[in-house]
Amino acid sequence: MLLRDLWHQRGQLLAAALVVACGIASFVSMRLTYESLLAARDSYYRVHRFADVFVHLKRAPDVMAQRLREIPGVAEVHTRVVMGVTLDVPGLAEPATGRLVSVPDRRQAMLNDLFLRRGRYIEPGSTEEVIASEAFAAANRLDVGDRVGAVINGRWKSLRIVGIALSPEFIFEVGPGALFPDNRRFGVLWMGHQALASAFDMDGAFNDAVFGLAAGAVVPDVLSRIDLVLERYGGLAAYGRDDHVSHRFITDEIAQNRISSTWIPGIFLGVAMFLLHLVLSRLVSLQRTQIGLLKAFGYGRGPVSLHYLQLAGATVSLGVVLGTGAGLYLGEGLTALYLDYYRFPALPLVFSPEVVGAGVGLSLVAAGLGAAGAVARAFELPPAEAMRPERPSSFHPGVLERTRLRRLLPPAGRMILRSIARRGWKSVLSALGIACAVGLLVLGGFFMDTLDYMLRVQFQDVQRDNVTVYFNQPGSAAVQHDVRHLPGVLHAEPFRTVPARLRFEHRSRRTEVTGLDAGGDLYQLLDRRLRRVGLPADGLLLSRKLADVLQVGAGDRVTVEVLEGERLVRSLEVAGVVDDLVGIFAYMDRAALNRLLREDSVASGARLRIDVRQSAQLYDTLKHMPAVAGSIFQEAALDSFEQILDRSLRVSTLINVVFACVIAFGVVYNGARVALSERGNELASLRVLGFTRREVAAMLLGEQVVLMLLAIPCGFTLGTWVSWFLSIQLDTEMYRVPLVLTPASFAFSALVVIAAALVSGIIVASRINRLDLIAVLKTRE
Amino acid sequence: MNLTDPLAENPASPGAPVFHVHGVSKVYHMGEVAVHALRGIDLDLYAGELVVLLGASGSGKSTLLNILGGLDVPSSGEVFYLDHALTAASEEELTRFRREHVGFVFQFYNLIPSLTALENVALVTEIAPRAMPPAEALELVGLRERRNHFPSQLSGGEQQRVAIARAVAKRPDVLLCDEPTGALDYATGRIVLEVLARVNRELGTTTALITHNAAIAGMADRVIQMSSGRIVTTARNTRRLTPADLSW
Repeated sequence: MLLRDLWHQRGQLLAAALVVACGIASFVSMRLTYESLLAARDSYYRVHRFADVFVHLKRAPDVMAQRLREIPGVAEVHTRVVMGVTLDVPGLAEPATGRLVSVPDRRQAMLNDLFLRRGRYIEPGSTEEVIASEAFAAANRLDVGDRVGAVINGRWKSLRIVGIALSPEFIFEVGPGALFPDNRRFGVLWMGHQALASAFDMDGAFNDAVFGLAAGAVVPDVLSRIDLVLERYGGLAAYGRDDHVSHRFITDEIAQNRISSTWIPGIFLGVAMFLLHLVLSRLVSLQRTQIGLLKAFGYGRGPVSLHYLQLAGATVSLGVVLGTGAGLYLGEGLTALYLDYYRFPALPLVFSPEVVGAGVGLSLVAAGLGAAGAVARAFELPPAEAMRPERPSSFHPGVLERTRLRRLLPPAGRMILRSIARRGWKSVLSALGIACAVGLLVLGGFFMDTLDYMLRVQFQDVQRDNVTVYFNQPGSAAVQHDVRHLPGVLHAEPFRTVPARLRFEHRSRRTEVTGLDAGGDLYQLLDRRLRRVGLPADGLLLSRKLADVLQVGAGDRVTVEVLEGERLVRSLEVAGVVDDLVGIFAYMDRAALNRLLREDSVASGARLRIDVRQSAQLYDTLKHMPAVAGSIFQEAALDSFEQILDRSLRVSTLINVVFACVIAFGVVYNGARVALSERGNELASLRVLGFTRREVAAMLLGEQVVLMLLAIPCGFTLGTWVSWFLSIQLDTEMYRVPLVLTPASFAFSALVVIAAALVSGIIVASRINRLDLIAVLKTRE
Repeated sequence: MNLTDPLAENPASPGAPVFHVHGVSKVYHMGEVAVHALRGIDLDLYAGELVVLLGASGSGKSTLLNILGGLDVPSSGEVFYLDHALTAASEEELTRFRREHVGFVFQFYNLIPSLTALENVALVTEIAPRAMPPAEALELVGLRERRNHFPSQLSGGEQQRVAIARAVAKRPDVLLCDEPTGALDYATGRIVLEVLARVNRELGTTTALITHNAAIAGMADRVIQMSSGRIVTTARNTRRLTPADLSW
């Protein structure tokens, strides 16, 4: 009997099973990805000893390392030389930016230890051997034995790659000043300490240190003590893991995974619960007589109820099996996608029986709750009552009768509306299910639209240059002049950036003060409506986020502690805020900044607009220009980012569409099938009375159409709310994520769901052809 | 064939028949068993007459009615509605035939529960080319005051009368009633029959009524007795009784 019922209800139960499968698949894949990322990160950090605190400085003698070691809470200090250089990579037109990081000449355990993927460690004393980061090597198809050119302290040098490695410090490898990874044009190269120090005249000195902390160390205390020790050596503020770019990205990603692995499966299981309830309630109604008969024959309430529980259980089991399989497959795919962005020695999908167990448990709970109503009815139905046919559905004058709407509607329209009203909360839940499907798609659209918007604003409206060059040292007027006259440069705008801590009352933030030329065009400060904000002659413009964090507004005076050179401390007025999308910055007029720093008209770099026809010559010159520490090529960087992005967006869109279709299909299919079953007699009567199949199908599916029409705007609203909520969640000091949704995204969401509903509608409508017109003349509902 | 011959000469049966049934058989295959529901039926129905088809269950009367109504097709033989061969019609043509020419009254009324009495009638009149106003149809069955009630608020007899109003509102050429009083008690059944007689009398609708209740035969122009898929006798009542005169 169980098998027979399963077979008879196969379409509807399968639809419910598929929804369960999607729930489990999303739960298992996201949760396993979450656990895998977490496990991979933690074991990587542990085995390769990721540092707790980081600091960069101008130059300190090696003896200062001992002073740092003595700071309470510090367990270990590793000092090193870190330098930015311009690289000439074979096969790459533009110069790349390299970060040279010194490593001990003989391999020894250290903080941020390398994971050597291929090749070997450097030979002690070698001046040309380097170990390249895997992401950079892979993007440029470099391998052990290949060479890259570098401008090291003004001298051209050929470096030989002897090994390919990864470091826990660079899981997310993003260059200075860049907004996202561009592994072709930015890479880390590890070089022997002796060789690197000599090349940059840093013998007996260091300009970077990383720290391991003892258990129980209080990070802010340690940071301020480090700053105190290094102040006279040009120390930039020390920071903990929380401000470490790579760590921050990977940790945010993991946190997001955890959140989405909770609510997305929740939607599916909720919908599955509702579908099971629909199918089983209808089944109990149809099988009243059978139930009565069984009870009359002496079967207890238990076995009868158990039957329906088993139906739900069987459905969910199928969903669990399909979903777990799909979840593992998707999990593999997701972790593989993560390797595009994050570099781990390995990111195996951790198979956690607990996660699968939890998925199964949750589904069974959903099945139980979904079946509960139907089971309770079967349980309570007295045998005599059960053997009488169910009372015909009764209708009473309702809202429709009290409104003018009634007169406007033809009888068929009234049938549809009354039927929806009579089904009450079931109609609401159906609409809600469809709305969830729409909302899911809207949410997918939000990610794409917002990303599009952010990239467009950042790279068309804000950064309007083709190339940004960074100087090794603040460049004098002469250097600026040289840059202006590089081949192909149409227009150059120097800028000055200086690390600084901004303080207001007890609140402070470490940031950069950027000096821009008034009237410049290549970097625009914009307000929320993308209108240009002019630089004040004096005073600061702050990122809105920075102003929020410091709780300052126009007219307030903030203390600016410059973290470079003479470490001047000045009080400046906040002239206004700007709505930038990335980072937290303070902007001012470059001349004013130069005056503040008591320096001539120097610049930290320049933004260039170039004649692309002459780019090859420009690139060649930049590759060998000693004053330039690095360059960013906006278009190339954007292209490579979009390539990576494209892959993950395509995958996530596909998954989203499949999930939404399964929900929409499941809800509409089950709704229509139940309606067909409940109203089969009525519809067959209409066929006898001369209504065509098409007309009858319209009456059957009209209910679903109306629910859909109600659900779509609800889905739009729901999707917009969740998008809005996420845009607030994602609004950090690193990024601001504005809520952007294009009409195309709404249209796409609606169309996908309508298409899925249409398919299920057509399948159900085909059953109208099978209505038995003769039986209806003789049977009583 | 012989049994129906004398009727053709009857002066009360004018001109060409509305329905012409010739040599109709219907065989249902149930697994390996062949059930002969109709065996070589010949029958003509004439405009305006009220015919009662009498017979026990399984006699084939319902099958015959279904074939006349375009709900079923015979295994062999021909059925003509005026000059249209129903036996050669497609599913779409049969639907149109039912829509334009046939009114059905079911044993269990089969009203749409979500529509009021008036709306149930209007549903049909909207798709019919020369329908009467729904209120008028309800007036005809004496249910003017109950027009805004839903089926669940009406008694069985009232529901059946609404069903009759629904069937006649489109002014069908033929009214096919399958055990219209089967689910009703005596008094209510008689009221329903009165309505059917009135429709037949006032609108001149050709009416075929199936029943196993021989007492009803008295109200017919002609009584056709069926058994085992055959027409056993056909009799013409010399005087039609009114439903009030019937008793069972």
